[in-house]
Amino acid sequence: MGTKEINISIKEIETEIGNIKDLRFSVGRLAQETWDEPQGPTPFPSMSTLRNWDLTLLNRYKPFYLPFCDLCCLCTYGKCDLTGDKKGACGITMPGQQSRIVLLAACIGAATHTSHARELVTHLIEEFGADTRLDPGGLNIKVEAPITRLVCGMMPETLGDLETVLDYSEQQITSLLACTHTGQEGNPFDLESKVMHTGMIDHLSMEVADIAQISAYDLPKADPNAPLVDIGFGSVDTKKPVILVIGHNVPPSVEIMDYMQDNELTGDIEVTGICCTGIDMTRYSPKAKIIGPISWQIRYIRSGIPDIIVVDEQCIRTDVLDEARALKIPVIATSEKNCLGLTDRTGDPPEEIIGDLVSGTIEGALILNPEKVGVVAVRTAMQIAPKRKKEKKGIFLSHDEAMEMAKECTQCRECRRACPNDMHIPDAIKAFSREEPEMLQEIYESCVGCIRCESACPQGIPIHSLIVAAGEDTLRNESFKLRAGRGAIQDIEIRQVGGPIVLGEIPGIVAFVGCANYPKGGNELAEMAIEFANRRFIVCTSGCAAMTIGMHRDEDGKSPYEVYSGNFEAGAIVNVGSCVSNAHISGAAVKIASIFARRNLRGNYAEIADYVYNRVGAVGVAWGAMSQKAASIAAGFWRLGIPVIVGPHGTKYRRMLLGRSDHDEDWYVNDTRTGEKVYVGPVPEHLFIAVETKEEAMVMIAKLSMRPNDTSRGRALKLTHYIDLHRRLLGSMPTDIHRFVRMEADIPITMKEDIVAILKEKDWKETVIPDPTLIPKKEAAP
Amino acid sequence: MSQEAWLTAEVAGPKKASLITKPEIADAMIRQAKRPVFVVGSIAAEIDLEEKKLIDYVIAMAKRCKIQVVATGNTNNEFLKRGFTPDAVMPAVDIGNRLTDPKWQGVDGKGPHDLALFVGLPYQMGWTILSGLKNFAPNLKTISLDNVYQPNARWSFSNISIKSWIMNLEAILGKRED
Repeated sequence: MGTKEINISIKEIETEIGNIKDLRFSVGRLAQETWDEPQGPTPFPSMSTLRNWDLTLLNRYKPFYLPFCDLCCLCTYGKCDLTGDKKGACGITMPGQQSRIVLLAACIGAATHTSHARELVTHLIEEFGADTRLDPGGLNIKVEAPITRLVCGMMPETLGDLETVLDYSEQQITSLLACTHTGQEGNPFDLESKVMHTGMIDHLSMEVADIAQISAYDLPKADPNAPLVDIGFGSVDTKKPVILVIGHNVPPSVEIMDYMQDNELTGDIEVTGICCTGIDMTRYSPKAKIIGPISWQIRYIRSGIPDIIVVDEQCIRTDVLDEARALKIPVIATSEKNCLGLTDRTGDPPEEIIGDLVSGTIEGALILNPEKVGVVAVRTAMQIAPKRKKEKKGIFLSHDEAMEMAKECTQCRECRRACPNDMHIPDAIKAFSREEPEMLQEIYESCVGCIRCESACPQGIPIHSLIVAAGEDTLRNESFKLRAGRGAIQDIEIRQVGGPIVLGEIPGIVAFVGCANYPKGGNELAEMAIEFANRRFIVCTSGCAAMTIGMHRDEDGKSPYEVYSGNFEAGAIVNVGSCVSNAHISGAAVKIASIFARRNLRGNYAEIADYVYNRVGAVGVAWGAMSQKAASIAAGFWRLGIPVIVGPHGTKYRRMLLGRSDHDEDWYVNDTRTGEKVYVGPVPEHLFIAVETKEEAMVMIAKLSMRPNDTSRGRALKLTHYIDLHRRLLGSMPTDIHRFVRMEADIPITMKEDIVAILKEKDWKETVIPDPTLIPKKEAAP
Repeated sequence: MSQEAWLTAEVAGPKKASLITKPEIADAMIRQAKRPVFVVGSIAAEIDLEEKKLIDYVIAMAKRCKIQVVATGNTNNEFLKRGFTPDAVMPAVDIGNRLTDPKWQGVDGKGPHDLALFVGLPYQMGWTILSGLKNFAPNLKTISLDNVYQPNARWSFSNISIKSWIMNLEAILGKRED
């Protein structure tokens, strides 16, 4: 948009009211308008601006509440028992309370991304200047910030413009959080509407964070051929000094790599990352290496391989200092949000900090200056590594040591009762003590690394270390290739696939995103991604899910990223980047409406969401969703009309948003051509659903990719995938086919006989394919 | 026997399941029910109960007690392999949601269910869905037939051994003719 801060300073002026000296004032920012698209109806929407759109969705997808706690303990009236139809002292009901907790979780998630974005933008402005041009895709991208354009009705051009967006996000999150106070919002539907608003803000802030770092750090700019980088424990050269960075906010890692580059040390030190910082490091320099998703923290630290640990923010184990202390690995905390109780050494000379860390005088330091972190981390690693490697601190338990520890197990089963996935740990340990490691090796493949088993063990057995000892060969062989996060989707790619997606001829976009709390290990996720790429869906991925998909080999030893294209096209596996890069996936859906369908984007949220909901067969899958950020990311997709599937742990998000396929009256849309209401069937059937198994998830992905606007050819293709997967994975023809066939031309030709028989049995009647919208005519944007 | 959740941290609220201390309790509830439904999760086909799998007991019980069966996850496949066709295939949260609707006419469309028996779901998924039913389906009785305590069911076994579980299931079956 081009903004200028106006600061006026008057040394001395004579006026009618008197003589004024040394007057200074600022009028904030003045917009310099360079975007000729007319402003839409809802720029910078407040919490209730899009309420009608939310209620339209929520009336179709009513919450099914799954209380994870029957009590409210948020104020001193409580604890209040809300079971059934009881009310709390403030009058809140169980549905209200569940939605309130969901809103709290979503606010935590959105605040986290917004704060991340704010720190990043502030730092980048300090380093590069507020006038630094945003450039997320060079000549390939004209719609540089689709979510920002859609929500705020502004076209950001510089880093400084992004501050305006973040001002808005912060204001909204503050108000949204206020709604959860006692005696504030209690209506479940209004709370759910606010959850969706929070999700929209979350995507806005994620977009800000990623386009800022892409532009300033020159990360891959919408590059489908972003380099293949190393991922996995086995890719690390352990003879070199090793730095481990954990978290999400990349400036300290960038400074580490810059210091190495400036001092010609790049080949001498291994810089390794866990979680999204790992992803973003490799976007900055393909020489950095990713160890794995969040669940690899304990196993990697306990290996003793890292010579120094640097943490920034988000998804870092809060006991990282305890784990590091046990192996005398120094820790540097770099974020005000995660000080770890360490002394602030930001103002001290690097030599003093390095001396204290190397000598062990201090176990770590808080350094709130990324540049200084770079110097201290690199030089400390170099000085401390020879000694550490000589002493072989850490390294795994030997087979004999682990075996002896296993013999201490009393089979009390407390470890299994603490395991989120109820894994058969006692049986495995018993077998291991008899020199039968296979069961424990299987557990290694599924373990999410939470180490609750260890906390629960009355014998003090380091159970996770036993699991890793059993899986050591697997761990050491973890060496794969991951395509570095490419960032946004090019405008030309959108033009090429927009038509086939909207007509249903590309069967769908499926985005595997989110955390690593997988019910049965990460391979299931990779298998799903491969299945849908082979079915010519566009497969997108990000964050821990992107890493997990990369940690998989085919028969030729190749990872999916070596086999499948990184273009945004049918049959591709597209890694957009880290958590904050999720905004490029929702942004791609928005860009289909804008670039392909030429709908006005500017401040025009409801119309664009209505377009995406009715036409773009996109589905999100957060198979290992764990965090509050996952909650807000999902909410941002819902508001845009994109359904989200979560794994079995997802029921702990306290409510589902489920459609009722048997309620025909729920599934009518307005036909903009005729003004008539037309039955379109339950497409998509659910907005938020937890499923139980990988097989069920795959059937659900195919089912939820159907949209009212599908052409007959497109619907036949989508039905083919749905029916084929249902038959193969669930063993039978689905019994709801009649709800998805609108006319005979929709029937897949190869399945015609079977389907026609079902339609006859169900007394099916033909209907029409409308030009669908959920927005009543009077509400539609001009 | 205690009312202690199987996963230690999944503690119950003020209202928690009564214990099935002897198989006659479950047997009587099934007999009294006019329209019972089984919700059978994917783990039912994984659990070994000596020579049989848990799903084999479910099939026998469904047949003998005339209980309609909803297969969740990919359990349908396992039923079909055993020559048994469930009455419905749907996600666990979908059947859970419908059971909270007093107007829903059940799996066969002939009227609301009055008893739901849950077995074979991942523990926490069963926990949360049963919580939904405890709070929002006041007219529905629920029983967990897993060998672990499910605090949000109306009735549940405590955390019992496989041997004791088999004895209980056999006892419920034993009182019926094929």
